[in-house]
Amino acid sequence: MSLFALIAQETPQFLPQNIAFGVIAVISVVAALKMVTTSNVVHAALYLVLVLASVAATYILLAAEFVAATQILVYIGAVMVLMLFGVMLTRAQIGAEDDLNHDQRWIGGLVAALLLAVMSYALIDHYGDDRLPETIVPQTTAEVSDEIFSTYIVPFEAISVLLLAALIGAIVVARRD
Amino acid sequence: MLLNQFLLLAAVLFAIGVYGVLTRKNGVLVLMSIELILNSVNINLVAFGTFNADVSGQVFALFIIAVAAAEVGVGLAIVLLIYRNRRSIDVSEADMLKG
Repeated sequence: MSLFALIAQETPQFLPQNIAFGVIAVISVVAALKMVTTSNVVHAALYLVLVLASVAATYILLAAEFVAATQILVYIGAVMVLMLFGVMLTRAQIGAEDDLNHDQRWIGGLVAALLLAVMSYALIDHYGDDRLPETIVPQTTAEVSDEIFSTYIVPFEAISVLLLAALIGAIVVARRD
Repeated sequence: MLLNQFLLLAAVLFAIGVYGVLTRKNGVLVLMSIELILNSVNINLVAFGTFNADVSGQVFALFIIAVAAAEVGVGLAIVLLIYRNRRSIDVSEADMLKG
């Protein structure tokens, strides 16, 4: 495939990153496939942890250290605990279940395959052999915070209010009364 | 490194997430698949941010992480409420709006 040929003619300084990327990509895709096909809800949550961790590794590969740290803290730390609580509170039995999927799975597979085909055609067509800069300058946490608290201060405040509203809403919806 | 490496990885994860949303019946598993979709979009944003040497990509990725946290909180509350009312979180059984 031409993509691999393009990667092969890479400047040698990126070789370790490319090997790391290959490992991360294989881990995340396999774990994601396992997540959507496994018949055990708890196993699906643990496969999701693997996917989220490899996405964090991808961020580090892209020199986005603060986003990677946030990914680990928020997703693996908080969201996964919430998910496991959801699993615990909504089901009695732990173990494999046979009634997790729709009967007409092939429609979902068809839609996903079509989507992937269209997206990869568009991406390969448009970004063919665009390369990341030869020297990736890591964007420090200070730069990210400067940007958030100057250019994006209004969206930031809006997100804060959204988070507050969502948390109050979640408590109100889930409360027993 | 090619930009497309990251974009195609994100596209594959997105498609897998869409498959999960469409085929899973368990409400919690549907929410997990949505998390997968949001994460694949974040990879795109960070990759474009690095590609353009612009910090805005990371800022938007952080915003999406915050919105995803809010989404999963409300989503799990709704799933819990469905479970409490119907003793099942099968999303294909919650079809009271069907004509």
